[in-house]
Amino acid sequence: MEGYLSLWDEYGSRIMESFWANLQLTFWAALASLVLGTILAIMRISPIPSLRAFGAAYVNIIRNTPLTIILTFGVLVLFGVFQLKLTNDFDLNFFQIAIIGLSIYHAAFFCEAIRSGVNTVPLGQAEAARAIGLSFLPAAWLVILPQAFRGAIAPMGNVLIALIKNTTVAIAGSVAEISGLMKTMLEYRADVGVLIFLTVALMFVIVVLPIGALVTWLSKRLAVAR
Amino acid sequence: MRKQRLGAIAAAAAAATLALTSCGSSGGGGGGEGDTVRIGIKYDQPGLGFKEGDSYTGFDVDVAKFVAKELGYDENKIEWVSAPSANRETLLETNQVDMIFATYTINDKRKERVGFAGPYFVAGQDLLVRADDSSITGKDSLDGKKLCSVTGSTSAENVRKDVPGVELVEQSGYAECLGLLEGGNIDAITTDDIILAGLAATDANKGKFKVVGNPFSEEPYGVGLNKESDKCEAINTAIQKMIDDGAWKEALDKNTEGTGYEPNAKLNPPTNFEACS
Repeated sequence: MEGYLSLWDEYGSRIMESFWANLQLTFWAALASLVLGTILAIMRISPIPSLRAFGAAYVNIIRNTPLTIILTFGVLVLFGVFQLKLTNDFDLNFFQIAIIGLSIYHAAFFCEAIRSGVNTVPLGQAEAARAIGLSFLPAAWLVILPQAFRGAIAPMGNVLIALIKNTTVAIAGSVAEISGLMKTMLEYRADVGVLIFLTVALMFVIVVLPIGALVTWLSKRLAVAR
Repeated sequence: MRKQRLGAIAAAAAAATLALTSCGSSGGGGGGEGDTVRIGIKYDQPGLGFKEGDSYTGFDVDVAKFVAKELGYDENKIEWVSAPSANRETLLETNQVDMIFATYTINDKRKERVGFAGPYFVAGQDLLVRADDSSITGKDSLDGKKLCSVTGSTSAENVRKDVPGVELVEQSGYAECLGLLEGGNIDAITTDDIILAGLAATDANKGKFKVVGNPFSEEPYGVGLNKESDKCEAINTAIQKMIDDGAWKEALDKNTEGTGYEPNAKLNPPTNFEACS
């Protein structure tokens, strides 16, 4: 126990800093991938075959590429070969590249979650929207998607929870986040090895459980009564 | 009907493959319980512990072979086990391996969980740079330079603490760092000098990189043992013998050939062995 307390003395502030990085990654990546995922979902339900094909190709290719590869690609190719510099701050650059990687990956999952929401909207809604003279985009934006989002809360919550945990993969993109610090602590504090691991696991549980409960509550409350 | 038959053939083939593989692995592990020794090494550290197909090479491996022989185990009685950094203590505590030779730095926190014999080598943190780069001469010339190291390693922590002006990329392995160094995106890779020499000595990298040779830390590599192990004294004797009869120097030269690497002469070969409990 004493050993464990001294771990917090030694690393406490860095544990919090690193975990904060995970939460920031989650926030920005969730925002960006929700926007990108919505655009992709609109493409996939659009009447234009080339857009549908692009959306399907994007989802199938990205969804089947391991996230580690996408984030390693960010460092070794975007930074390594093309010398991509989003900002002059060296560390922030990797942080932003990691956000892009996470967003590209999770957009595919958000797209599919939203599309599953679209499937809960009865066909009559789309037909009625077209009948009153709305073209595709206004029909999608004003009639279909608002209902689809409400039907897609639960699957989108699942994607968000997966995203939170997937931020630990940003270690492959040279971001100072919690799983990297976990490795450091394991290297220096072999005496409390298992406890380090459990601590990090617990921090994720603390964040993920309330989100899970919130999503369940929201999905019930916002469900479209039909 | 035809489809069903094809399915049956496929299933039979799959079952046969499974049976064959399971047979193969049990045949390898079961050959002579009791008179083999299980040694944990790195599988991915060229020049120290490296697995290529069925053969194992590197300085750690050579020392391990010598020590095992002194303890009465011939080379064919050694079972090599992969021992990644984060798993080393657990492997020893649960007796999944008998000894570990895996760039295992002796320190007090680790001694709370495992025992050590040796050290058989004293490494020091150093820098690997492109062969034509003369701007980096040691720790003091790193200000504003870009460095690469492995996430969670002691070397990465040391740099973060001691050289505030440095920009550090952390990757999962040194191979990724080498790619960045070769491409010119970073200026140096930092970790223990002998690891760097091993990286620079591989065929693919020969002549491209050099070790700066100005170490700024002391990393005594010990032989990791279970706390209950009775082999500590014997291992120390074996290491002393290896140093005395020249096999130690020979192994070191062989594994760092062509890099111009010289270990820190003040500390090597090591003389102060761990007191065995």
